Amino acid sequence: MLRGRLLKDKIARHYMLTATVVSIFVLFLIGGGLFYKSLPILQEKSLWTLLTTSNWRPFKGDFGFASYILSTLSVTGIAILIALPLSLLTSIYIIEYASPTILRYFSAVVDLLSGIPPVIYGVWGTLTIVPFISENLAPHFVEFSTGYSVLAGGIVLAIMIIPLIISILIEVFSAVPKEMREASMSLGATKWQTVKKVVIRKSFPGIVAATVLAISRAFGETIAVLMVCGNFTDLPKSIFDACYPLPALIANNYGEMMSVPKYESALMFAAFLLFFIIVIFNIISRLVLIQIDKRYQL
Amino acid sequence: MELMTEPMIAEQPKTKVKNSSGCEKPHIEVENLNLYIQGNHILKNINMAIPDKSITCIIGPSGCGKTTLLRTFNRLHDDSVDVKITGKLFVDCEDIYAKDTEVTHIRKKMGLLAQRPCSLPMSIIDNVVYGPRIHGVRGRRKLYAIARHQLNAVGLWEEVKDRLKSPASKLSIGQQQRLCLARGLAVEPEIILGDEATSALDPISSKTIEELFLSIKDKYTIVLVTHTLRQAKRIADYVAFMYMGELIEFGTADQVFNHPKHKLTREYISGGFS
Repeated sequence: MLRGRLLKDKIARHYMLTATVVSIFVLFLIGGGLFYKSLPILQEKSLWTLLTTSNWRPFKGDFGFASYILSTLSVTGIAILIALPLSLLTSIYIIEYASPTILRYFSAVVDLLSGIPPVIYGVWGTLTIVPFISENLAPHFVEFSTGYSVLAGGIVLAIMIIPLIISILIEVFSAVPKEMREASMSLGATKWQTVKKVVIRKSFPGIVAATVLAISRAFGETIAVLMVCGNFTDLPKSIFDACYPLPALIANNYGEMMSVPKYESALMFAAFLLFFIIVIFNIISRLVLIQIDKRYQL
Repeated sequence: MELMTEPMIAEQPKTKVKNSSGCEKPHIEVENLNLYIQGNHILKNINMAIPDKSITCIIGPSGCGKTTLLRTFNRLHDDSVDVKITGKLFVDCEDIYAKDTEVTHIRKKMGLLAQRPCSLPMSIIDNVVYGPRIHGVRGRRKLYAIARHQLNAVGLWEEVKDRLKSPASKLSIGQQQRLCLARGLAVEPEIILGDEATSALDPISSKTIEELFLSIKDKYTIVLVTHTLRQAKRIADYVAFMYMGELIEFGTADQVFNHPKHKLTREYISGGFS
């Protein structure tokens, strides 16, 4: 009997180990595969040229990724600038001020929002955000804008990641022990003082983690952004200019014009860049979190 | 047998403090207090005047409402859902459950020690000066002086003076409880509330806390909820015995422990039930 149980234990452990290794290995497999596929273009052009020029003329063999990289970073940046404060305030209100009934209904709505397919956000953005920017907002700042712009991409993306951030932050804030709030309140702190000095401080690593997750998600979001940002290859000069993020580039072009030499390789390099940005970003934020933890021992 | 003729409720406190507004009552006076949680009658018609500048222990079996009563003293039920409170609770003559009473200045009058020490997520020194800071005390020197004074008062200064900037969570649990006491004292309260403040501590740490209470009782009105009768016997000046949400007996420690009037009290302190 014992033998059988021990054997099962052993098998189970090895099985789980294999599963773990495989799932981690997939990451390297994807990274390696993309890198291998983008080797042809890397051998022809220097990495520096690829990253810093913005000429994109596949037929002439010009592949510059600067505008795509800049587009991706700026759309994501705007999205997080809009989404983070809104989500923070919302989730603080929900957890600290609202009644539990509101929390219950609100959580359901948030889950629903994060379940809506991106393409619907894209359509909605095209119908409302794009004309709003072109007619009402842009004229105050620039001479002309179609509305398909960095800003439109940022706004749509922000709306998409807000539910994600809120649902994480709600978890994070609920994890702050009640006793800690009471300790602060019993010293005569107001609710807002308690939130500011205790709850947010205690939740800081969680807030960072939520932001990181949202940014990673935003980097990769393709279809909704593709529908509202104009897909025009040039360095955007303002947030009202059209742009062309990396995921949109890949999605729009992969499978077409494959006869053009090096074209496939260039798109693979775009994919590798996206992969690389997200991996590096995650590593950095992990390191930041470790530092925060060390410093505050929260 | 003279003691037997004493009234069941303790006489008015030995020291009457007249505060700036000319209040003649003790710091805490409870009048016909009832509390309901989700319709359940948890506290039943409590009447008590807690004597100033002494230690009052609230004892009673689990679930008798001791902690609930203590928490009404600084309105910690405010954020709980479905809690209804009727009756009056005077802190320095101010009915804290009156409609327009502002809560923060009442809480500032009381330091609260929770069951498990709850250090705030910041450094040792920031924990101590948290209260003064939120009440507007500024200036590094001033705050440092407050921290030093209060940490000294709880006997923690020598232990932590070289690491004031390190996280409070690194301290041992006994040290954290003393830190919490220092933090409470730093807002210069008149009252200290302890909710089984030593139950999570090792014997030596709880002894330290008990001694601290004894050493500061001439300056503060201390109300402790305790599970351990022995602790109440060691430090209480007055004892309140509660059972099923009612205040059964309230008097001096000598009276309650040695000459209990009520049958339930007698049974409880002789270990009949717990």
